[in-house]
Amino acid sequence: MINLPIFPIVIPALAAIILMFAPKQVRLQRVMALGALLVTFAVSVLLVFTVSQDGILTVNLGNWPAPFGITLVSDMLSALLVTTSTVIVFFIVWFATHYFSDAYESNYVYVAMLFLLVGVNGAFTTGDIFNLFVFFEVFLISSYVLIVLGGKGVQLRESIKYLLVNVIASALFVMAVALLYGVVGTLSLADLAQKIPLVENQNVITVIGVLFVIVFGMKGALVPLHYWLPGSYVVAPTPILAMFGALLTKVGVYSILRTYTLLFDTGSFMQTFLIVLAVLTIVIGMTGAIAYNDVKLIIIYNIMIAVGVILYGIALNTQTSLEGALYYLMHDMLIKAALFMLVGMMIGITGSGQLRDMGGLITRFPLFGWTFFIAALSLAGIPPLSGFFGKLLIVQGGVADGDLFGPLLILLSSLFVLFSVIKIFLYGFWGEERRVYDGPLVPYMNRLIVPTLLLVAVAVAYGFGAEAMHPFITQAIEPLIEPEIYIDAVIKE
Amino acid sequence: MNRKNDQVNDVILQTAAVIIFFIIIMFSINLFFAGHYSPGGGFVGGLMTAAALVLLLLAFDSKTLANVLPFDYRIMTAVGLVIAMLTSLHSIFWDRPFLTHAYDKFDLPLLGEQTLHTAIAFDLGVYLVVIGVTMTIIQTIGESE
Repeated sequence: MINLPIFPIVIPALAAIILMFAPKQVRLQRVMALGALLVTFAVSVLLVFTVSQDGILTVNLGNWPAPFGITLVSDMLSALLVTTSTVIVFFIVWFATHYFSDAYESNYVYVAMLFLLVGVNGAFTTGDIFNLFVFFEVFLISSYVLIVLGGKGVQLRESIKYLLVNVIASALFVMAVALLYGVVGTLSLADLAQKIPLVENQNVITVIGVLFVIVFGMKGALVPLHYWLPGSYVVAPTPILAMFGALLTKVGVYSILRTYTLLFDTGSFMQTFLIVLAVLTIVIGMTGAIAYNDVKLIIIYNIMIAVGVILYGIALNTQTSLEGALYYLMHDMLIKAALFMLVGMMIGITGSGQLRDMGGLITRFPLFGWTFFIAALSLAGIPPLSGFFGKLLIVQGGVADGDLFGPLLILLSSLFVLFSVIKIFLYGFWGEERRVYDGPLVPYMNRLIVPTLLLVAVAVAYGFGAEAMHPFITQAIEPLIEPEIYIDAVIKE
Repeated sequence: MNRKNDQVNDVILQTAAVIIFFIIIMFSINLFFAGHYSPGGGFVGGLMTAAALVLLLLAFDSKTLANVLPFDYRIMTAVGLVIAMLTSLHSIFWDRPFLTHAYDKFDLPLLGEQTLHTAIAFDLGVYLVVIGVTMTIIQTIGESE
């Protein structure tokens, strides 16, 4: 089947289009969205196994040969990320079917969620830089819809900011692509990778590289371009927030990973630049994570720490550090989605986002409490759980590269992460109940815990199965270390 | 604002609008079919058709328009997307890459021998989506108080 890489993009798109015909049939919407996501998941697993056996798969859309048409490239990296994001969206939609009211669900919310997955999967799979921009817009426009849906005052205020930042970032993206096209004269990633070393004035390439880091850094919330993130994310409803926190910033990180290893690895300047950004992001994230007593904000600042850690691994650009970055990227997508769902449930039960209003939850909801505890330990990277291997490899890579400051900062950041989430656990679940908890989610508690628990189980299994995952991770890293593999797979002579 | 209460006589505007409406529609259809060989295509064609509908909306009111042309423009958007998607998907059944187009010569009644290309079906999808989205935006803003 030569079209295998398009299915993770096309199936959710087709489902979303069909759902547009019947927005009021809430039950049909739920069943169909979940069904489509299951099929997408099955296809993406098949894709992972096909790629692991046959190597990189490419589809030249419209049967036009490689540098002239749009190519979709499924290497192991994109196949793994597509699978991860599909799993996450599946559990979030399952969660959302119990979380949202019928009136909310009948306003195209599943259509927007599925289109968001289309954009994310497309951005992971595309092999063309302008097509990457288009898929960015697909998921950004879906995210605008999702962030404003509901129409509360705070949502309107923050969505204006979010929209403004992203429109500016998108305009910069177009300008960066225009500059790149002006210098090199091609848009296919593989062809660009081939022709960029031939450009005489390498300084121009460095400037464009920095411009791309600014663009993707705005999407991925790198310091000093992170200022929009806490406010915009904190107003979104829980399932939407879980989706944003798990997927959107990570697409920015993936784009930096792809363009930096393939196109702009042109000298020590870019590396220093990325390392400085990564260190700043970790430091600001650490500060935010311990500063707040609002459970949503604590997890939101943890996103920034994770982005910084992954970016540090990417910037080093060695075999070990890239493996670590990919391990950590997938782990972080899974666990952040789970954590946002968990803190959303805490808020739904206690009726407040502040830690001082919570307490004693574990006596009434023991399963919920221990699920949160395991997710918290997993986030911090306690050895048998999933956060450990990624950070270990990144630290190893940093030390092997002769850098001591970075690895020490990453280890220190783990401590801060642990502190911030254990703070939630101690204040929220331990102690005495502050009042009668009868928030709107209490009747749904037994149903909401199921998808959350399963997602945490996936993350735990990912940690315990690290050995089984290793061949896939190694294969995903190959085209990043040696771009020739990627170029040869796309441009067949 | 309170136009319903005033007895406004728009006879010149309304008569002109009905005539001009058909000219604009013909022009938009011409633009739509011209796309393959000369400037035009689904996007401008759709926008021009929507402009003709907006002219009717200006000369009459939204209820009249809904009576004359009883379309649900959201469904129209969805139909356009379905057409575009199926046109892109059909190639995978012939074991070609996604979005591969095909063409053939057909002997049509009245028109004689014509070349038909699946790109026109894709364009039809674009055309419907553009009309649907434009009219949804205008109607939603127009009807909200």
